[in-house]
Amino acid sequence: MKGISRRDMGRLALAAAATVPATARAQTAPSGQPIKIGFSMSLSGGLAGNGRPALTTHRIWAEDVNAKGGLLGRPVELVYYDDQSNGSQVPGIYTKLLDVDKVDIVVSGYSTAIAAPAMPVVMQRNMAFVSLFAANVNSDFKYDRYFSVTTTGSDLKGTFAKGFIDIAMAMDPKPRTIAIVNLDSDFHQRAAESTRFLAKERGLRVVYDRTYPPTTVDFSPIMRSVQAARPDVVFIGSYPPDTAGMLRAASELRVSFPMMGGAMIGPHITAQKLQLGPILNNLVVWDVYAPAPTLQFPGTQALIERYQPIAARENTDALGYYVPPMAYAQMQVVEQAVRRVGKIDQAALAADMHANQFDTVIGPMRFDAQGEWTEDRNLYTQYQGVQGNGIEQFRKPDTQVVLYPPKYKSGEFRKPYTAGA
Amino acid sequence: MDPDLVLLLNGIVSGLLLGGLYAAAAAGLSVSFGMLDVVNIAHPAFMVLGAMLVALLWGATGIDPLVLSILLTPAFWALGAVIYVAYHHFFERRGDEAIQGLAFFFGVLFIIEIGLVLTLGPEQHFADASYANTTLHFGEIDLPLRMLVPTLVSLLAIGGLALFLRRTFMGRAIAAVAQDREALRLLAINPVRVKRLAFGISIAFAALAGGALVVVQPVEATSGHVFIGRVFAIVIMGGLSSLGGCVLAALAFGVVENVTATFYGPSWSPAVAFGCLLLVLAVRPQGLFGRAA
Repeated sequence: MKGISRRDMGRLALAAAATVPATARAQTAPSGQPIKIGFSMSLSGGLAGNGRPALTTHRIWAEDVNAKGGLLGRPVELVYYDDQSNGSQVPGIYTKLLDVDKVDIVVSGYSTAIAAPAMPVVMQRNMAFVSLFAANVNSDFKYDRYFSVTTTGSDLKGTFAKGFIDIAMAMDPKPRTIAIVNLDSDFHQRAAESTRFLAKERGLRVVYDRTYPPTTVDFSPIMRSVQAARPDVVFIGSYPPDTAGMLRAASELRVSFPMMGGAMIGPHITAQKLQLGPILNNLVVWDVYAPAPTLQFPGTQALIERYQPIAARENTDALGYYVPPMAYAQMQVVEQAVRRVGKIDQAALAADMHANQFDTVIGPMRFDAQGEWTEDRNLYTQYQGVQGNGIEQFRKPDTQVVLYPPKYKSGEFRKPYTAGA
Repeated sequence: MDPDLVLLLNGIVSGLLLGGLYAAAAAGLSVSFGMLDVVNIAHPAFMVLGAMLVALLWGATGIDPLVLSILLTPAFWALGAVIYVAYHHFFERRGDEAIQGLAFFFGVLFIIEIGLVLTLGPEQHFADASYANTTLHFGEIDLPLRMLVPTLVSLLAIGGLALFLRRTFMGRAIAAVAQDREALRLLAINPVRVKRLAFGISIAFAALAGGALVVVQPVEATSGHVFIGRVFAIVIMGGLSSLGGCVLAALAFGVVENVTATFYGPSWSPAVAFGCLLLVLAVRPQGLFGRAA
C-alpha cells in the first residue's frame, strides 16, 4: 500500500478545503420559494426617525436568518412600503401585501398610530400579527391573533406610571404634589391617565394638569405655569420636538423640582441626547432599553454592534438603543413561532405565540390573552453625569442608569432636577 | 410682585418673542402671497429647508446659525427666481394659477420634504448658537437669548425689506405690481421680471426664517407643518400686502397664544388665536392694515 506523501497530504487538504465548505453551504443555504414577510414602515414623515432604524434592524434579522439556512429551509424576504407616517395609508398597504404580494406573514410598522389602522385588514384575513411599539391596540379589537412587542403590558392604567410614582414616593421627604403635562396624543393621554390614577392612589395632590396640542411652538408658558404651581414632582408626556422645547424652557427658567421626567420620548434618539447634553442630568425617563449591565440578554450587544456601522452609513439613529432591540425581538417572535410550528399556519402560529415563552434580544417575553406581555417592563431610567455633548459618554452604562423595575436596577436615584444648572 | 402679574408679564414678553419668530416666517409669505398673489403653500417648507441647511453648515463650520442663514439668502433668492419662472411659464401665463398653481406649490412642498428625508435623514437637526443657553433676567422677567436674538435679527431684516420696498424704484415696482401689473407695462417695466425678483426675495426670507427657527428649536423635514396655518393667518390678519401689519399680527398672535397657554392651558392657544383672526376679519375684512377695496 502506497503511503501518503507530503504532496498527497497537500492535495487532500486542498480538496477538503474546497469540498467541506461546499457541503456545509449545501446544508445551510435556504432554497425554494421565499417566505415573504410584509409590513408598512414609516420611512418618511414624522415617525421616520424611528421607522428607519426599525427597517434597518429587520434587514439585519433577515440577513441573520438567511445566513443560518432561512426559515423552514426557505429564504426570508421582506416586503415593505413607506406609509409616510400616515395611518390612512396603512389599510391599503396591508391589502396590497396580502392580495397582490401574497405575503405569508404580516407584522406591524412602528407605533400605535401605524399598527392600529392595520388591524381591520389583518383581522379580516385571520392573520397572526406581531406589532411594534403599539400600546394597547387590542384593548378594543380583542383579536386573539394579535401580539404586541412593547413593554407596557395590558394594564396600562395600573402599571405604566407605577415606576415613576414608586421612585417619587421613595424620596425623602415624601412628595405631596404633582404636575402633569402631556401631549394630546393617544399614547400620552394613556400615560397621563395612569399617572393621575396612581398619584391619587398614593395620595399625591395634582396641582397642574394640562394637555398641549401637537402644534405648540413655545413651551415656556407651560413650564412657567408648572413652576408657579410649585409641584414636588413633574410628569411630562411628550414627543421629540416638544421634549426639546420643554427641557430648553425648563433650563431657561432655572427650574428646580425634586423629580421631573415621565414619558418624554426624545432623549431616546441619539441626536437629541447630543443636543441636550447636561440638561438631561437627573431627568427620569420612561424607556424600553438602556445599555445597563442589568439589561444584557443573549444577542443584545451583538445586535447593537452590527447596527451602529449600518446606521452611520444609512444616516439613521446612531446608537440604536431604543428601536432596534425591540424591532429585532419582534422578528424573533415570528422566527421562533414558525420554527416551532414547522409550517406557515396562522392559527397554529397564534396558538404557539400564546402558549410559549420567547427568548429575545430584549429578554424573555410571554403574551397574555390580549397579546400584551404578561409582565410589563416599563423601565424608568435616569441620566446622570452627562458632560458636554459628546456621543461616547452615552455608550457607558453609568450615563443612563435603570431605576425601575427593581430587578433591572443599575443605579441610585439622584435629585433634584435642575435642567443642567 | 403678584404671582399672576408675573405670569402675565412673562406671558406677554415670551409671546412677543414667539411673535418675532412668526414674523420671520410670515414676512416672506407677505411678499409672495400678499403682494404677488402667489399662494406659496410651500413657504414653511422652504423655511425648514433653510433651517436644515443651516444646521448642516453649522455642523461643518461652527459659524453662528443666523450668520449662516444670511449667507444662504443669495442662493435662496436664486432658487425662488427659478421656481417663479417655472410657475409663471406653466401656470400664471396661462391663467391657471388659482387651483393648478396651488397644486404646484403642494408638489414643491412634498418634494422638499421627501428630498430632505432622503438626503439628510428623518432625524431632528439642530444648531446650537453660542448664546442659546443664556437667559437675561430683569427682575421677574426672563428674556432667553435663544428667542430674543432671532427675533431682533428678523425684525431688523423685515425693517430693511420695508425700507427697500418704500425707498427704491424696484421696491415701489414690487408694490405696484401687486396693484396693477398692466400699469407697470405702460411704464416699460416688465412685471414678470419684477415678480421674479420679489418671489426670490420672499424665498430668501424663508432662509432667514429657517436660521431663526433652528436657533429656537430642533427641526426635521416636516417641521414646517405647524407653521402653514399660522403664517397664512398672520398675513391675512395683517392685511395681505402690509409688512408692518404682518409684523404686528405676528406679535399679536404670539402674545395671544402664550397668555392663553399660561392662564387657560395650551390646548386653548390655537383656538383663541384663530378666533381672534375670525374676529378681526369680521370687523375689518381687509385685515388690520389692509386697504378696503
